[in-house]
Amino acid sequence: MQETILDIQNLTVSFDDNKVIDDLSFSIKKGDVIAIVGPNGAGKSVLFRALLGLIPYLGKIEWSPDLKISYVPQRFNVEKDFPLTAKEFLRLKSKDQNKILAALESVGLKNKQSDIHHIEHHLLDQRLGWLSGGQLQRILVAWAILDDPDVLLFDEPTTGIDVGGEETIYNLLKKLNDEMALTILLISHDLNIVYKYANSVLCLNREKICFGPPRDVLDPQALIKLYGGEAKFYKHEH
Amino acid sequence: MNDLYLQLTVAILIGIGAGYLGSFMVLRRMSLVGDALSHVALPGIALALLWNFNPFFGAFTVLFAATLGIWALERKTELPSETLVGIFFTLSLAVGILLVPDHELLEALFGDISSVTIPDLLITLASVTAIVVITSFILRGLTISTLSKDLARSMNVSVDKINLLFLIMVSLIVALGLKVVGTLLMGSLVIIPAAAAKNVSVSVSRYVFLAALFGALASMGGIFAAGFLSIPAGPAIVLTGGLIFLITLAPYIKKN
Repeated sequence: MQETILDIQNLTVSFDDNKVIDDLSFSIKKGDVIAIVGPNGAGKSVLFRALLGLIPYLGKIEWSPDLKISYVPQRFNVEKDFPLTAKEFLRLKSKDQNKILAALESVGLKNKQSDIHHIEHHLLDQRLGWLSGGQLQRILVAWAILDDPDVLLFDEPTTGIDVGGEETIYNLLKKLNDEMALTILLISHDLNIVYKYANSVLCLNREKICFGPPRDVLDPQALIKLYGGEAKFYKHEH
Repeated sequence: MNDLYLQLTVAILIGIGAGYLGSFMVLRRMSLVGDALSHVALPGIALALLWNFNPFFGAFTVLFAATLGIWALERKTELPSETLVGIFFTLSLAVGILLVPDHELLEALFGDISSVTIPDLLITLASVTAIVVITSFILRGLTISTLSKDLARSMNVSVDKINLLFLIMVSLIVALGLKVVGTLLMGSLVIIPAAAAKNVSVSVSRYVFLAALFGALASMGGIFAAGFLSIPAGPAIVLTGGLIFLITLAPYIKKN
């Protein structure tokens, strides 16, 4: 039985008398991959900010002690000419060259044999804003795992990535989950992804609509309640 | 001759400080804050002139108070700094124009480098040194919080403290530069060298360095041009900066 690393009870978050999250309770075990789904404005990003202690809340959020939590926020708009190279960005988190190389290998931007100079020229010494969507996402994941976190909070990892790129990012996150026992919470809009990669899904629309294994909890009634309308979801049986 | 060296040194120091801070002002979309703050300083200068003490202290006191006000209001209301500063500066400019004695008004608005003294040099040297040292210390936090406030906070970066410190340093450099370029043009000294540096920089370390360098070059070129052509130093410095900016655009033009 895996240990519980996060316990949330009766979490309520309000902004100016508006309840954005209402009486939410659930818990997470080490090694879980939890997808959080829900319509826009449902409180998903707010949940992350509460989990990180960035905003005030009512209720209980209890992490295991001494956990390293890494966070990749959603709004990470880097304009094309923002003068910051990928290398400088990574070094904002760690100046350890070996750690950086290891992280780049983990995210598939570098293989063991390839030369550091090649990757420096094409990637590390380029501006963050010039990288392709897929490369930027991998750099962000590399950044997130640089200090060997226990938990990764990833807000909409594939905003702005094409479908092919989406698959590989999730494969990557799953691989990290397997290899590093990295607990992952990710906010996603894509139910196919949820089915494929998450062992539990939290349906959030201000309150908890569902929580549990996707196969068990994502039924049509839950989806209607979650998205507030006729949400037809066809699960392909392979 | 001594006078020229004095003026050059003061102007170059201010150019360095303005460029250095300006680099982050441009990134944080605070480009117009320098301009507005320099207008806010006018009542401070007026009072200093009326009560006979160094205008720098008058300016800095008013700017410091305005900065604290802006910072506190920004935290409370989430209004962007440009709105708040906009309100402050239009009011202050009006008050300042009324208060400044007529014969001093031109100098207050356009600066007068020839009135720079040794004590001014010492204050400038100490201040710019402090600015460069402090900014180097907070560079990491400053960069991360510019990318994303949430990200910075999640990494235990004191975003609010850094914001305040940064704003205070901006007030300091604006107060210093008023003597050289005046309240109307001080804003350009923080924007133009940084904007030029952004055109030719890929990395942040090069960007910040070049912004300071271009600031220094603009000051130097401006002082020499002012002497040569017998024009006021303020506009000369700003126009030199503009020239540097145009030059940095050249590679783009060639590319297209």
